[in-house]
Amino acid sequence: MFQIVRKHEMAKGTIISLDISTPEIARKIKAGQFVIIRVNQTGERIPLTVADKDTFSGIITIIFQVVGKSTALLRSLKIGDSIRDVVGPLGKPVESELLTPLKSGTIIMVGGGTGIAILYHIAKAFKEASNNIIGIIGAKNKDLLFLENEMNAICDEFTITTDDGSHGEKGFVTQPLERYLKEKKDIQLVYAIGPVIMMKNVCRITKEFEVPTMVSLNPIMIDGTGMCGGCRVTVDNKIRFCCVDGPDFDGHKVDFDELEKRNSLYRDDEKDCILFSIK
Amino acid sequence: MAKSSPKKTPMREQPPKERIKNYNEVPFGYSPEEAVIEAERCIKCKKPSCIEGCPVEIDIQGFIALIAEKKFKEGISLLKKKNILPALSGRVCPQETQCEQKCVLGVKNEPVAIGRLERFLADWEREKGEIEVPPIPEWTGKKVAVVGSGPSGITVAADLAQTGHKVDLFEALHQPGGVLTYGIPEFRLPKAIVLKEIDSLKKMGVNIYLNSVIGQIKSLNELLKEYDAVFLGTGAGLPWFLEVPGENLNGIYSSNEYLTRSNLMKAYLFPKYKTPVIKGKRVATVGGGNVAMDCARTALRLGAEKSIIIYRRSRTEMPARSEEVHHAEEEGVIFQFLSNPCAFIGDKNNWVREVECVRMKLGDPDASGRRKPVPIPDANFRMPIDLAIIAIGNSPNPLIPSTTPELQLNKNTSVVINPANGRTSIKGVFAGGDIVRGGATVILAMGDGRIASKGINEYLQTGIW
Repeated sequence: MFQIVRKHEMAKGTIISLDISTPEIARKIKAGQFVIIRVNQTGERIPLTVADKDTFSGIITIIFQVVGKSTALLRSLKIGDSIRDVVGPLGKPVESELLTPLKSGTIIMVGGGTGIAILYHIAKAFKEASNNIIGIIGAKNKDLLFLENEMNAICDEFTITTDDGSHGEKGFVTQPLERYLKEKKDIQLVYAIGPVIMMKNVCRITKEFEVPTMVSLNPIMIDGTGMCGGCRVTVDNKIRFCCVDGPDFDGHKVDFDELEKRNSLYRDDEKDCILFSIK
Repeated sequence: MAKSSPKKTPMREQPPKERIKNYNEVPFGYSPEEAVIEAERCIKCKKPSCIEGCPVEIDIQGFIALIAEKKFKEGISLLKKKNILPALSGRVCPQETQCEQKCVLGVKNEPVAIGRLERFLADWEREKGEIEVPPIPEWTGKKVAVVGSGPSGITVAADLAQTGHKVDLFEALHQPGGVLTYGIPEFRLPKAIVLKEIDSLKKMGVNIYLNSVIGQIKSLNELLKEYDAVFLGTGAGLPWFLEVPGENLNGIYSSNEYLTRSNLMKAYLFPKYKTPVIKGKRVATVGGGNVAMDCARTALRLGAEKSIIIYRRSRTEMPARSEEVHHAEEEGVIFQFLSNPCAFIGDKNNWVREVECVRMKLGDPDASGRRKPVPIPDANFRMPIDLAIIAIGNSPNPLIPSTTPELQLNKNTSVVINPANGRTSIKGVFAGGDIVRGGATVILAMGDGRIASKGINEYLQTGIW
């Protein structure tokens, strides 16, 4: 059992941050890695991004958006309540060679939706490795944006977009991305984390500019240890298991269309389950 | 005494039409009267050959004689001297190729039903509610880490706890048991029984750490700093795919994923349990082993109208236990032999709709002695399906080897050991079960565990590697 020590609503009712006491995981987890949790006895196993850790206090921070039954259940927990199972760290951390300073180079970090949470953890690691960071984060509207101040603090340049223009630039993250790529010739790497459609569009643009691009994929997972292949993705025309070979891959080699379709697998079941819970 | 029957005493079972509507165990097990009748069939050979067929060398004749005398308590004690998990092995061992194959009665008639009698004793003890745990000697001062709580890990943990070592057992999933928990379905091996057997380990002082992925939360080298020896029993959890076009369509599972969802996560109780599983009407399972039978039979219980096994060889070459094939047939599973999928065809929403197969004929025997399937040109055919399960085998899980480069592997990515004592290429590290063999059987994994625990004891006593 893993106790919740802090709970914070980052966007009213929809994006929640939880600090969970998991001393062993906090000691081990690195940027880019994730955990799988099971809220209670009848719960499913869901992968969640780790946005931050505090090794000294033995705490990890998870940030999630309430999108279905399990995240709704997780939201209902209070400080002092416990999560039945937390397993991690899982996945590969951000490659260490990427974290060495890219001399005279700059990295653009692009985040959308809850992807901003893991983006922040990785951006912090890049900053600690003395890189120049340009940050772009976007959301549907002002209320769904979070970690804005934290990101701003570690970025050398920083842009916010919202689909409806309620905060920052109106439109998608791809607009400022394209602008930066045109203006600056020294961009060494783009890191994009967010909805599949966003990562796909980012990769389409960075391919034109021939800038290497890493993405963090978010397929459906169960065990997270490489034993089932539920999270399989096609990268460079080969089957890869996201939970052990990823979650980060070369964005120019990922089959995003396939991932998008596979992520819709249980849409009807999800509805049935929510109806069952209401009943 | 009446002349004993040439056939095994039958075991009562749920009728096929009824059982495909539930997840309850198919065979009911022997009553004490039936067990005694069956035990009396044993002719007490001077040199019992049945014991040679048992990988953990149970005193089969001994425990059967005790059943015949109605001394069940003594019988289970004798059985447990060699096998701490009889309720499991009595159910899932392929006895027809092990102990029962060697039974002298089997030459002319049916062999003694050794597996059923083993199961009877274990169930008898559990139903009485007093599971006997062997006495634990004083602590030797040595600590051993066991990685993986499947059949081999459980055996090692039990053996070493009985020797007096302190044992910590690490499991990646949220429940112990390995394949016994996530793989073998409830109707073949009730999970309550698995958990009960594993409970005996806790009573013997074994600490079980769940949610602990070794290789991530702790490396093998970190374990070696804390423990005097380590046993790796992490199994063969890396599923193979066919690598044919369309295999990533929606509605195509690995057997591991399908069974994990339905068994470990109890998706058959959805939506009470929150993990969903796709319920196909026309389900194709590819493969001919026990896992394929488990998947095809699970599909029926999840409401499939047609559950088809696609196997590239013929019935004779199928590696599944004959009892499992028989059960599958009774339940209405359809067998499509000498066929191999070459593509899956989907609809515009990316859902699988058809499987295209190549027809095969049997050629000359291959290295394994089985006749090799050879494709027949221009004889492809298609079948409509809405769910496919790939059950063609597994490789050892690469998580520990990939984080421990000094661990020697063979070309099949299996961990290399000395078969006499289970030693790997790293001092203090032992291995056994499917991480060494690839996908094999529960009892072979238990046998490996037995060898490794002897090897570990020897190493801990002498300190010599």
